[in-house]
Amino acid sequence: MDTTPPFASLDACPPGSDADFALSGRLELSTVSALWQETRQRIAGPTRIDASKVSACDGAGAALLFDLHRQGARIAGLRPEFQRLLDSLEPDKPFAPGKLAHRKPLLIRAGQFLHDWLLELRQQITFTGAIAADLADLVRHPRNLRWQDFLRQCELTGANALPIISLIAFLIGVILAFQSALPLRQFGAEIFVANLLGLSLVREMGPLITAILLAGRTGAAFAAEIGTMKVNEEVNALTTFGFDPVRFLVLPRLLAGLLMAPLLTACAEIVGLVAGALVLEGFGIPFNTFFHQVASSTNLADFVGGMVKAAVFGLEIAAIGCLRGLATGAGASAVGSSTTRAVVQTLVILVVTDGLFAMLYYYLKI
Amino acid sequence: MIAPTIRVENLRCGYGKRVLLDDINFSIEAGEVVTILGGSGCGKSTLLKHLIGLYKPMSGRIEIGGDDFVGASGALRERILRRFGVMYQSGALFGSMTVLENVRLPLESFSDLDEKSIDLVARLKLRQVGLEDFAAFLPSELSGGMQKRAAIARAMVLDPAILFLDEPSAGLDPVTSAGLDALIRRLAEIQGMTIVVVTHELASIAAIADRAIMLDRDAQGIIAVGTPAELAEHTDPRVRRFFLREPENHLTGS
Repeated sequence: MDTTPPFASLDACPPGSDADFALSGRLELSTVSALWQETRQRIAGPTRIDASKVSACDGAGAALLFDLHRQGARIAGLRPEFQRLLDSLEPDKPFAPGKLAHRKPLLIRAGQFLHDWLLELRQQITFTGAIAADLADLVRHPRNLRWQDFLRQCELTGANALPIISLIAFLIGVILAFQSALPLRQFGAEIFVANLLGLSLVREMGPLITAILLAGRTGAAFAAEIGTMKVNEEVNALTTFGFDPVRFLVLPRLLAGLLMAPLLTACAEIVGLVAGALVLEGFGIPFNTFFHQVASSTNLADFVGGMVKAAVFGLEIAAIGCLRGLATGAGASAVGSSTTRAVVQTLVILVVTDGLFAMLYYYLKI
Repeated sequence: MIAPTIRVENLRCGYGKRVLLDDINFSIEAGEVVTILGGSGCGKSTLLKHLIGLYKPMSGRIEIGGDDFVGASGALRERILRRFGVMYQSGALFGSMTVLENVRLPLESFSDLDEKSIDLVARLKLRQVGLEDFAAFLPSELSGGMQKRAAIARAMVLDPAILFLDEPSAGLDPVTSAGLDALIRRLAEIQGMTIVVVTHELASIAAIADRAIMLDRDAQGIIAVGTPAELAEHTDPRVRRFFLREPENHLTGS
C-alpha cells in the first residue's frame, strides 16, 4: 500500500545534476493547485524536470505535466504508467483554436432580429391557416376529430380548473363589493353595488380573470406538454405515421379551450355575484333584493357579449400555447422558454383583444 | 488514492412494493472493470441507481470503501458521493451550457484550481474522449454518441475513484464504441479507476470487463458471475442464450 503523504512539491536540483527541477509526491486534483501556480512562477522556457519521485498521478496531475511539456519543459523519469497517461493526452498536438462566440455588429444583429421576427410572423400565419383549414375540414368530417382526446382536454382545461377559478372569482367578488360598498354607503346607495358588480363581472372582469388564470394554467401546460413531445421527437413520430400534428394535437386542445373558457367564465360570474351578495347581506341588503337589482341592470346582451369574448380568449390561449409548443427548439431550456413565451404572448394578446372588443361593443351599442 | 471497493450484501431493491432484485451479493475490487449485464428489464439500471444512491434499497447493505452507504448521511454521504463519477444513459448534459462548461462545472465547484488550470484540465478530458473541437458547442448540437462521450468526460473530470457508466456504447457506431472501450480500459489501467459498466453489448463486455455480473429478470437476481470468458462457457441455459444471442420463444422476452 502506498503511504506517501498527499502532497506534491517542486524543488530546484543542485547545479551540475541532470535536471533543473525535481517534481515529487502525489500529483492529484487535491494537491496540484498550489504546485501549478508555483511552476508558473518558477518554470519558464526549456527546462529539464526530473519526475522520478512522482508517486501518483491522476488526470489533473497529468494536465499539469501536459502544461509543463507544452511550455518546453523536458520531463524525464516518469513511471511508465504515468508516462502512458501523459502520452495518451498527446502533449505535442496543439489545441485547436476554440471557436469563440464573438458579438456580431449592430447592423447584422438588427437584420437577424428582423429576420427572426418575420420568420415568426410567417409561422403564426401558417399556423392560423392550418388551424382554419382543419376546422373547416372538421365541420365536413366530424369523425376526424379524436373525440376521446377532446373530452380529456375538456376535463383538464375545464373541470380541473374550476376550484382555482372559483376561489379567485369569490375573492374578486368580495373585494369589489366591499370596496365599492364603503364609499356608496355615505350616500345611502349600497344597493347600487349590485349594478356595479353585475355589469363589471359579466362584461369585463369575469372573462378577463378567467382568461388570465387559463393562460397561466392551461396555456403554459399546452406549451410545455407539446414542447416536451417535440424535444422527445414524438411530434416527428406523429408526422412519419402520417398524422397531422395540428389535427392530432392542436384541434382537441383548441376546441376544449373554445368551449371551456365560456363555461368557466359563467361559473366565475356566478361565484363572484354570490360573493358580492354575501358581502351586501352584511350591509343589510337581502339576497333577493340584490339579485333583483342585478337582473334589472344587466341584460342578455351583456352576458352574451361576455361569453363571446370568453370564447375568443379561450381560443387564443389554446392556440398560442400549442403554437409555442410546436415551435420549441431542442433541449430542456427550450421547453422553458416556449412556456414563458406562451404565457407572455397570451397575456399581451388578451389585453389587445379585450380593447378591440370594447371598441366593437361600443360601436355595436351592446 | 486507494480506490474504494464496493461491497453489496443481501440487497433487495425495487420500486414501491414491487421487488425487482433480491438477495444480491457481490463485491468489486479496486481497479476492476466490472460489467453488469442482462436482458432488457432485468434491473441493471435499477441496481446501478441503488449503487450510486439515487434510490434507497428495501433492505441490505451497500459498502463503499468500507463505509456503509445506505445509512450514510450528511458529510459522510457527501464524501462517498465525491468518489463517484456517473455517466447517465442519456448523457444528462446540462442543455443550457456548452460542452466545455458542462465539463468545467464540477471543477469550478469542487477543486481549488485556478481558471487557466480548470480550462486545461477540462479541455484535456474532452481531448481524451475526442471532442476537443466541440468544446463551444451546445449539447443539442451534438450527435447522440458525442453527447455520451461528453458525458463521460464530465463524469471523470474530478478523477473519481469509481466511475459508473450506464450503457456507454448503446446507440454508438462500432468504431466509436471500440474507441470508448479502449478509453475505459485505459482509465482503469493507467489511473486505477474502478469502473462499473451497465451494458448488454457483447463486444464491449469481452473488450473491457475483468468480471461480469449477470442479472436475470425471472430469477430477480444474479445468475452468474465470472470473467467474460467464463460466462461465455457457462452451463446455465439463460447465460448461454445471452451469449449465443438466441431468441426466446416469445418476442417480448428476448
